[in-house]
Amino acid sequence: MEWEVVIGLETHTQLRTNTKIFSGASTTYGAEPNTQACEVSIALPGVLPVLNKEAVNCAIKFGLAVNAEIAPRSVFARKNYFYPDLPKGYQISQYELPIVGKGAMTIQVPAVGKNAAYEKVINITRAHLEEDAGKSVHGAVEGMSGIDLNRAGTPLLEIVTEPDMRSAAEAAAYAKKLHELVQWIGICDGNMQEGSFRCDVNVSVRPKGTEKLGTRREIKNLNSFKFMQQAIEYETRWQIETLEDGGTIQQATVLFNPDTGETRAMRSKEEANDYRYFPDPDLLPLAITEADKARVSAQMPELPEAMKLRFETQFGLTSYDAASLTASRELAQYFVEMIDAGADAKPAANWVMGAISAKLNAEEKTLAESPVNSVSLASLLKRIADNTISNNAAKQVFEAMWNGEGEVDAIIDAKGLKQVSDTGAIEAIIDEVLAANAAMVEEFKAGKEKAFNALVGQAMKASKGKANPAQVNDLLKKKLGA
Amino acid sequence: MALSTEDIKKIAHLARIEVSDSDAAATLSKLTGILGLIEQMQAVNTDGIVPMSHSQDVVQRLRDDVVTKTNQREAFQKISPAIGNGSEARAVDGGLYLVPKVIE
Repeated sequence: MEWEVVIGLETHTQLRTNTKIFSGASTTYGAEPNTQACEVSIALPGVLPVLNKEAVNCAIKFGLAVNAEIAPRSVFARKNYFYPDLPKGYQISQYELPIVGKGAMTIQVPAVGKNAAYEKVINITRAHLEEDAGKSVHGAVEGMSGIDLNRAGTPLLEIVTEPDMRSAAEAAAYAKKLHELVQWIGICDGNMQEGSFRCDVNVSVRPKGTEKLGTRREIKNLNSFKFMQQAIEYETRWQIETLEDGGTIQQATVLFNPDTGETRAMRSKEEANDYRYFPDPDLLPLAITEADKARVSAQMPELPEAMKLRFETQFGLTSYDAASLTASRELAQYFVEMIDAGADAKPAANWVMGAISAKLNAEEKTLAESPVNSVSLASLLKRIADNTISNNAAKQVFEAMWNGEGEVDAIIDAKGLKQVSDTGAIEAIIDEVLAANAAMVEEFKAGKEKAFNALVGQAMKASKGKANPAQVNDLLKKKLGA
Repeated sequence: MALSTEDIKKIAHLARIEVSDSDAAATLSKLTGILGLIEQMQAVNTDGIVPMSHSQDVVQRLRDDVVTKTNQREAFQKISPAIGNGSEARAVDGGLYLVPKVIE
């Protein structure tokens, strides 16, 4: 039987606010344990939550970015469960009336093997505001667990998709796109090591061609795209094998072990999901007006999709190039800075995605760490455009710039890479080459086109690569009467 | 909706409240009474009425995103409950609140 995997994601993004969602305690990462845990964070009796305006703005930004309905009225609810890192005995979340409703995102799924790359729309079910829990530290003291409540109350936006993905690759492509988007609009720092972006993945399988969803298992807390893909692939195989062996799938929460590459069930307690949600009487309904939306909208940067289309129409870039350049805000910014500094769009795009990307990948650097900034790279491209140097020479100059040997013009001078565009000088070189390669000239005259290229090569070599190749071509043609 | 003693035990467990067998019967009749009242209310036609999520007809006030809380760890940890036996009992270690060991 052929099987189909069905995947939906729930992503917890920590919002980039200064303070917690319901109190004025700092959210700075890495502070000494409990030094940022105020009376609201540790849930002393009698404290009351007061909602953070910026957390609400972040949620609105996300809603606008995925073209979602933003609820004019949403409600906070208590999700009840007991765990020591949740001192109130409930998490304040949103249940029936979330702040962000249905929306959608277009993802680019990369080519794998013989399967070509394609685009797909992933529907967003909802996104809601909630507070993060604290952290439990096991093993520091014998027989006890230590609790750090610095993280308790940090604002989260939980983003839930429809079960629209059909492969691990699609799930990873969605997660990457979402990761980029929340950073692009500035609502999340995207730091996965610090837990700012955590994914729970719901996986089920069904016979291909059927409609009814299979029983799902939820893989919790994946904090790397690589692990996500591995975990989904393992989980899918496991579910198919279990069903083919005549077994059934029990709904469960599972954890992925990166060392073994396997998933295993975490808790199966039947009451685990009985959260008894009810509206939190400590918080009034949250009202968002059209004016609020307009105000937030005005603060939004140009979105990647819009920028991609603009790059296509304004600069004549291909859809693929435009998509690559808008894969991150940093990259798009770098490209725009090059254009502003006078570089032509097409070569700028090629250099950013070619030479720069290759170097960054090889040295595992981010664009911010690139030794060649956008303005310097633009001035290199200007020297190619005005025929000062050839493309080949530009590669050497780039290499030198990357190694910190100075600015473009200084490097061109120091290495003597200036292209010879003086017709007289080039003619002299060509005459020498023609005299020295009479056999090739005969071959060309006998109809061998290849001989022409060989002669161009000889002329370039004779000029030590400095002759302007286009001029060499033209002059050679003239001399040979071609 | 009819409740059973089983339900009472489950609800009590979810709320981490201890209800003895003898109390369970009395609790059952009280809760059944409350559910009866809810059933009565559910008979009212509420078509077209927005569900009420708060008793006051006002909306949430928002707070500016400015740090207003200072570190009061020392004061809070002075009053946190100690666990363990006799002289071994303590409430904190290295700034962490201590609780009986919890492992998933």
